[in-house]
Amino acid sequence: MITSISRKLSLLAASSLIAFTSFSQLASAAELLNVSYDPTRELYKEYNEEFSDYWKFKTGKDISIKQSHGGAGKQARAVIDGLGADVVTLALAYDIDAIGEKTGKIPKDWQSRLPNNSAPYTSTIVLLVRKGNPKNIRNWDDLVRDGVQVITPNPKTSGGARWNYLAAYTFAKNKYGSDKAAQDFVGKIYRNVPVLDTGARGSTNTFVQRGIGDVLLAWENEAFLAVNELGPDKFEIVVPSVSIKAEPPVTVVDGNAKKHGNEAVAKAYLEFLYTPYAQKLVAKHYYRPFLAEFADAKDLARFPKLKLITVDEQFGGWQKAQKTHFLDGGVFDQIYTPR
Amino acid sequence: MTFTSRSALPGFHLALGYTLVYLSLIVLIPLAGVFFKATELGLAEIWAILRSERVLSALTLSFGTALIAAALNAVFGTLVAWVFVRYDFPGKRLFDAMIDLPFALPTAVAGIALTALYAGNGWVGQWLEPLGIKIAFTQVGIIIALLFIGLPFVVRTVEPVLRDMEKELEEAAALLGASRWQTIRLVLLPSLLPSLLTGFALAFARGVGEYGSVIFIAGNLPYVSEIAPLLIVIRLEEFDYTGATVVAAAMLVIAFVMLFVINGLQAWSNRHKVRNQSLALPVQGAKQ
Repeated sequence: MITSISRKLSLLAASSLIAFTSFSQLASAAELLNVSYDPTRELYKEYNEEFSDYWKFKTGKDISIKQSHGGAGKQARAVIDGLGADVVTLALAYDIDAIGEKTGKIPKDWQSRLPNNSAPYTSTIVLLVRKGNPKNIRNWDDLVRDGVQVITPNPKTSGGARWNYLAAYTFAKNKYGSDKAAQDFVGKIYRNVPVLDTGARGSTNTFVQRGIGDVLLAWENEAFLAVNELGPDKFEIVVPSVSIKAEPPVTVVDGNAKKHGNEAVAKAYLEFLYTPYAQKLVAKHYYRPFLAEFADAKDLARFPKLKLITVDEQFGGWQKAQKTHFLDGGVFDQIYTPR
Repeated sequence: MTFTSRSALPGFHLALGYTLVYLSLIVLIPLAGVFFKATELGLAEIWAILRSERVLSALTLSFGTALIAAALNAVFGTLVAWVFVRYDFPGKRLFDAMIDLPFALPTAVAGIALTALYAGNGWVGQWLEPLGIKIAFTQVGIIIALLFIGLPFVVRTVEPVLRDMEKELEEAAALLGASRWQTIRLVLLPSLLPSLLTGFALAFARGVGEYGSVIFIAGNLPYVSEIAPLLIVIRLEEFDYTGATVVAAAMLVIAFVMLFVINGLQAWSNRHKVRNQSLALPVQGAKQ
């Protein structure tokens, strides 16, 4: 008798367990993986919550969005090596090109699938200095002075660092005219770099925590974060006369999304970035919105006005910029000569 | 022994099969993959990559700092082990447990902690900087990081051997009129040498491949403080998989040759030790 009761009980337990697991499988049926770069953590955390609410409202389906963050190059390589990203939101177009080229999971014309070269938000590179600006750094050409220490990561390993490099190059090219002069100029900057970290967050740490260097080349959004979170009494932002227009692009990794049955939601996830709501959110997190009319005026007022030049205008696209400057034996490698 | 001969021990074939599969899956196939990938390039191209100044200086730095750190650890690690075995002092068990921490700690944590300590504004660094001594973001910093992660390898290999050696041996040497230096050189070192070399080899091998802690403290400047594992990562970030594996394969070959030499030294010192012990036997007999 007792055994039969206990058997029934265990049967009940087992069936409820099965019911529960199938239920939870149902609930977590749709899962979307967004592989992104380092400084977008805070932005996508908030955006994902909003989007899943929107998706639930629109389709009645639950969607759980997983995030992966890291240096842009490393993230791209993870997707190439098989990480099942449904969408990628990376620091620069070259890394997405590389994914498409190596895996065939992204079509060649990906950048024309969404407005503004698939960049729903842009940013730029600014100079972060210590409070009171003791070395009196006003513009890019102050970085080549003797005795000024510049902190920037390695462009080989960090997407942000590539934007830093291109921003400095753009300034020099426009000021001095020739490529030779621009190369000499960035070479002088890098000779003032005492520590070459592998990622943007690493450089921020070196500058902020270790107290090394006089100026940090940083994403505008990272610079705002550093000033606001670590104290306006410690750092200030110096806006150079000209800088690069950094366009961190987004795209669906078609091959993966198709495999996961996520094509519709992945597409909607990225299109939602261009809605008034998302554009407002983007500005709140210190990214420059593509559709500025939807952002809060007070958020927009924080962005300083400066001349911004795109990679396409200055360098003829990312493929060309990468090839000339950052590949093995490129201009960046020539800066460093054996000592 | 041939494969067909029957052993008194059971399950030899099964154990051998298991060993081969296990070693292949865990060690041989991944390593063979590295060489296979590297051979996608022709010999001339491989040679060009290896001969480039950048790769050469990275390899020199990695192997050089690992050698220096392992040598320092061999000396001071042995000293630590000797103190632990021969003396009792308050808190000894605590210190003993601490030795193993570098084994367990994620190396990135070690790197960040050491950098915070030795940077110009760190606890230690702020006293050294006025003296013109820079540790963090120099090659010295790399050696410090490798000292940290290599120490337990030497201590833990030397310690059991020292414990097995009777204290009376050292005392007898003293009684027979040996100076302290002679005791160390003629009594302690010959028996310790094989385990010391093992510890040295382990610490060295660990140091060559170390990435996590070093990138935080090194400064990572090309030609100055860029270690070979970082160069491999940089090549990977350029999506230059073959270039990365060529450097990796070079590291494997160099490490293999050096470990081979160390193993040879060890075998030699083992033979040496046996001869020495047979000489030492009458002394032990006299003591009884």
